[in-house]
Amino acid sequence: MSLVVSLRSAVCLLGRFPALAGVDLDIATGEVVLVSGANGAGKTTLLRLLAGLVPLRAGAVTVLGHDLAVDARAHRRDLALVGPDTFCYDDLTVAENLAFAARAAGHPPAPTELLEQLDLARLAPVAHRDLSTGQRRRLSLAIALARDPRLLLLDEPHAGLDVVGRAVLDVALADASRDGRTVLLASHELDRARTLASREVELVAGRAVGGRREESPSVPAPETAPEDVGR
Amino acid sequence: MTLLPRPVNIVLGWTTLVALGALVVFGLWVAPPDAVQSDAQRLMYLHVPAAWLAYLAFFVTALTSALYLWRRTRATVWDHVAGASAELGVIFTGLTLVLGSLWGRPIWGVWWAWDARLVTTAVLFFLYLGYLALRRIPGDADARAKRSAIAALIAFVDVPIVHFSVSWWRTLHQEGTVFNSELSPEIGGTMAFTLWLGVLAFTLLYVYLLSKRYELSVLQEELEAVELEVAIAERIGEPAPRIDAAAGAVRDTR
Amino acid sequence: MTLVREALLVSGKDLRIERRAKVTLSQVVPFAAIVLLLFAFALDPDRGVLTRAAPGLFWIAVLLASLLAVSRSFAVEAENGARDALRLSGLDPMAIFLGKSLAVLAQLLVLEVVLTIGVVVLYDLSLRSLVPLALASVAATIGVVATGIVYGVLTAGLRLRETLVPLLVLPVVTPALLGATRAWEASVDGVPGEAWPWVAVLGAFALIAGTVGLLAFGPLLEES
Repeated sequence: MSLVVSLRSAVCLLGRFPALAGVDLDIATGEVVLVSGANGAGKTTLLRLLAGLVPLRAGAVTVLGHDLAVDARAHRRDLALVGPDTFCYDDLTVAENLAFAARAAGHPPAPTELLEQLDLARLAPVAHRDLSTGQRRRLSLAIALARDPRLLLLDEPHAGLDVVGRAVLDVALADASRDGRTVLLASHELDRARTLASREVELVAGRAVGGRREESPSVPAPETAPEDVGR
Repeated sequence: MTLLPRPVNIVLGWTTLVALGALVVFGLWVAPPDAVQSDAQRLMYLHVPAAWLAYLAFFVTALTSALYLWRRTRATVWDHVAGASAELGVIFTGLTLVLGSLWGRPIWGVWWAWDARLVTTAVLFFLYLGYLALRRIPGDADARAKRSAIAALIAFVDVPIVHFSVSWWRTLHQEGTVFNSELSPEIGGTMAFTLWLGVLAFTLLYVYLLSKRYELSVLQEELEAVELEVAIAERIGEPAPRIDAAAGAVRDTR
Repeated sequence: MTLVREALLVSGKDLRIERRAKVTLSQVVPFAAIVLLLFAFALDPDRGVLTRAAPGLFWIAVLLASLLAVSRSFAVEAENGARDALRLSGLDPMAIFLGKSLAVLAQLLVLEVVLTIGVVVLYDLSLRSLVPLALASVAATIGVVATGIVYGVLTAGLRLRETLVPLLVLPVVTPALLGATRAWEASVDGVPGEAWPWVAVLGAFALIAGTVGLLAFGPLLEES
């Protein structure tokens, strides 16, 4: 099984603070991995490191076959990041933001099915500035999926979404996994996320517990039936 | 870590002092006053060497910036030298402008002249100031080094363009015969010797100060490396490492 | 996608945002016009100084406006993590540089047309040789924009950038100011022969600035 992500003793700084202090992590193709941890544990930094947005201070990182110490840019077209920033321009509409992101990644402007899948179709002519938090979240996800990524990096994707939004997100993630995309999901919402993930890694004090595939526990089956989770 | 070996540094320091002393003696007493400009011309023994250093320091900053940017030669030593050289350069450039002004006043009757060399030096001064302001912004050392290096190279490319366009502009506008008279008088013999002595003394001073400033810069970096080791240890809950081991360890993992 | 098409995608995006937000139109152009007015207060129109100094004053107003335009170009990228998005987008950084420069260039050229009318009307300036004047203006603006965009990305995300960008950009673009003003003076005097050499200087400056920009923008975007 090929590894999409491989980190060895990765150290990452935020200013002078070592947000990641020696992370070991392996993720194989098609896995859906949940990254849990307290606030400040380094989840966001880990995702940004994998996207090549944060420089590596020490250690080794390979993502999608590219060694990030050599070239932190080459792998970016094949991944997508959904984080606290929406990556959109306030003055442009939903459709325009989506079209720009898709065309920039070398794809034709996203088909309407994508907008419908994420319940954004009727919001197409609305400017980003006028969207609610939940709507912005869904737009971020639409942009990420429009890039047709092999690796999907999600930083607290459920935050700011209402019940309907979360259901939409979960379906989209299940579809993504089924389509063969590898998903890395950083989340506080452990109950919800555990139903989606096949494996859990916990970040504690800048290090990953369960990062090596032999060590990590498979996610415990939920005690409640799936239809109860939404309540 | 020093730029030059310790004994060389010490010899350099004393030689600089002697050379500067000799310059003072020659410049103020031994060299004869100029036939036309009389004693005012003695400022040349400071102004010309200062100008030489202003441009030498700038060249060094640009060269080390290029060496830092080029992957094959990338090393933090170049970044430290670039910053140190720029600090010295801005001082010498300011000195050049002030001395030029002081020298020009008795000769031309005005504090400033719009000739190509003075104007280019003034622009150089501002380019230095911008570069130093950029370096002063706190942040990741690598990013700052890269940013500053690119700014230095842009400035380096710009200076000849500025000089060329200003000098062409001034030759097209031959206004004010008073500004046509070159500041540099005809010199020979003792005066030429004193001038070269000045250039030598200032160059020695530059190298010595550069070496000292470089040491300071490196010590600063080592301090930050140690602080990082301590911070990592605290983060993962281990006892803080010993200082020398820490500095060595962090340098190895870089 | 080719470099040119990617660049047009980026410039299209920037110009579309400008069309919606109208910052250049409603703020930068009036600012430049006010600067022209201020010069009149400072230099007493009745003594002919304004007319003689008009080319220089025009270009100072344009330079100050260009600082604002470049600043605005990067302010757009500061919202919602757009710089991260540009890095992740897969767009060639050279294309992003070209696209942003094109967008600012277009806006500044429009501003220059408006200001030219202003200068002709307010400073009683008569323009004779228009071709060298136009060419000089375009070349000078390209040089200034390219330099501004490079420093814009260099300082993007830094604290204190509002006061830093002018300090960095203005010394570097002095040749452009010099050349453009001399070319304008030659055009005003109706001696185009004197303007052409300056047009060449401006062209060289634009070429160098553009080349530096293409090379430096990518690495600088990564660090910003």
